[in-house]
Amino acid sequence: MGGHVSDFVTLFWASTIDGLTQGGIYALVALGYTLVYGVLRLINFAHSEIFMIGTFATVAVINGFALQNPLTGIGLLLFLLVAGVVAAVVSGGSAVILERIAYRPLRRKGSTQLAALISAIGASLFLQQLFSLFYPDVVIVDRVMAKTNLATVGQGVIRTDKVLVFLGALAMMVLLDRLVNGTRFGRAIRATAQSPDNATLMGVDIDRVIMITFLLGGAMAGIGGMLYVVFFEATTFFVGFVLGIKAFTAAVLGGIGNLRGALIGGLSLGLIEEYGASIFGAQWKDVIAFSVLILVLMIRPTGILGESLGKARA
Amino acid sequence: MAWTELAQPTAMKEENVNRRFARGAGLVAAFALVSMGAAGCSSDSSSSSDTASVKIGFMGDLTGPNKALGINIRNGAKLAIDQYNATNPATKIDLIDYDSQGDPKQATALAPTVIDDGVIGLVGPSFSGETADTGATWEEAKLPFVSASATRVALADNGWTTFHRALADDSFQGPGVANFITTGLGAEKVAVIDDASEYGKGLADELASAVSTAGKDVAVRESVAAVGSEIPNYSSVISAIKSANVDAVFYGGYYAQSGALAKQLKDGGVTAAFVSGDGSLDPAFVTGAGAAANGSYLSCTCSLVNEASTGDAATFFTDYVAAFSADPGTYSPEGYDSATVFIDGIKAGNTTSAALLPFVDGVNFAGVSKQIQFEDNGNIKGGTVLMYKVTDDKITPIGTTDEATS
Repeated sequence: MGGHVSDFVTLFWASTIDGLTQGGIYALVALGYTLVYGVLRLINFAHSEIFMIGTFATVAVINGFALQNPLTGIGLLLFLLVAGVVAAVVSGGSAVILERIAYRPLRRKGSTQLAALISAIGASLFLQQLFSLFYPDVVIVDRVMAKTNLATVGQGVIRTDKVLVFLGALAMMVLLDRLVNGTRFGRAIRATAQSPDNATLMGVDIDRVIMITFLLGGAMAGIGGMLYVVFFEATTFFVGFVLGIKAFTAAVLGGIGNLRGALIGGLSLGLIEEYGASIFGAQWKDVIAFSVLILVLMIRPTGILGESLGKARA
Repeated sequence: MAWTELAQPTAMKEENVNRRFARGAGLVAAFALVSMGAAGCSSDSSSSSDTASVKIGFMGDLTGPNKALGINIRNGAKLAIDQYNATNPATKIDLIDYDSQGDPKQATALAPTVIDDGVIGLVGPSFSGETADTGATWEEAKLPFVSASATRVALADNGWTTFHRALADDSFQGPGVANFITTGLGAEKVAVIDDASEYGKGLADELASAVSTAGKDVAVRESVAAVGSEIPNYSSVISAIKSANVDAVFYGGYYAQSGALAKQLKDGGVTAAFVSGDGSLDPAFVTGAGAAANGSYLSCTCSLVNEASTGDAATFFTDYVAAFSADPGTYSPEGYDSATVFIDGIKAGNTTSAALLPFVDGVNFAGVSKQIQFEDNGNIKGGTVLMYKVTDDKITPIGTTDEATS
């Protein structure tokens, strides 16, 4: 039966709220793709598994808290802080190790980008299958925060957990943007992205910059994983597969290599999916989303905001 | 480097590789000889001890996202075969597991191995998708197979003489559950969602058309595909369901996703009754849905054996618990009966798949799940659909689809 344009109108606010929530998670994961691409011109396909590791780190924290009831107030804040830090450190650390093992040796030996890409896909499958050995089933966790309705807009309900995911994603995004565009270290990242050779001549330690880039991207995916688990209350070794493809799409849509593009791309993709589903039915979600991606790329081959991490703006 | 410079060393390397390959091939040949010798020995020893053995296969999900269902069937079948072997028969049966993870692609890849292994009868495949994709292989090899759980209607329409199933198909389940939803629950507006799988969509289609025939409104009809154990975000479906203000939501699919859907629906403020089919009839559904599971309804054309069962079913229950330290689950009785079909055939002296096939076609016995007798197309004769309700995190039967009420 699908839906109609009239459903799009009726469900507009509900779709908008859900789209922004899902889009926030896409955007956080998209940041990792975009950061690494900006600096190394490499699509880190194992990034989806870095996100997966973040969800499992969060599961461990939740189980550690052994919750009786959903948390509120200070307790919730404390949990978010602990889980956020743990997930960010575990995911960021995994990303750094991944870079050491799967990419750095290839980079040192001057291999082609294609070889690095294959290494990335290999690392992705390795991590996925490794986790499937220990966690073959869907892992379900306790409820962390009450899903309370705050307000109603049309058919849409603004719910506490959706607000948390959206605002959490936005806050991390702003933080990262400040870090890259406003600090000395961010300048080193941008310099490396613009010209690795010149950056080396100016005394920038490229290996260190690349390591920090993976760390930051991984940490963002970890926070994304934390928000995902708080929202969906479950994870599986397979969780990064589809979400990773979507986040990569979001990065390309917004302009890969561009941090703000990842935000715009993530939120747009989330919204397009929900709007598309409300008109044509859920089975058309991906068809619509990817059709829009192709259309955007036909008109703007570098994505909505274009490539910018490497372009001079400092 | 120029091509000419490359040419010489490459040719040398190739020669090296060839030599290494020759040595490797020699090793493989030597190994094959040794193992053939060993095989010869083992067949000698088995013939001297005067007991022959035949192979029965099990194919289904043992480690995949919905493995609980596969393990239930395998354990049912294993119990029957272990009991038979314990009687010291002239022909012993080896049960061989083929773990398809419920995935049609893996099942297709495994199918030739089943034939090569010389299996003479197959319990399975478990799910409708894998059954649809491997059926032609069994048919070509004339290997009789009895699925304990594949309920998609169209499976019986392929003209496969080797196909059988030990439970009624979705043409019973779909209309049966539709009757429960419209009469037992008294629903006027129904949302029908599926997982776009062979089984889920088939069942949902049967149900939706029966709801329409009953003069009720299928207000929402959508498919959300799930890749593996992925947990989909059902947000758009939930918005549509909420906006349509339905009385009941039916989901055609497996428990890994139905649990998540039930939970997301409740969190989204949908109060309509949640109903799903046999693919969701597993304690993992309750774990996945959490508090949202309570008050849900699940259906099955399979029969449930529990402490309250009597007669043969009670014996089956006790034996099963003793063997596996767990209660028999969904499809366990059907798994037991499917294996019994082959065991009876082997007892009657049919030790090849060709001899077994006509025997399977003609069986008629009282199984622990139901009377086992097949139609010409492989479907079981007769068929009732049971409804179950989740209360206090437990799945309890509430009667057939005609009797059950909310």
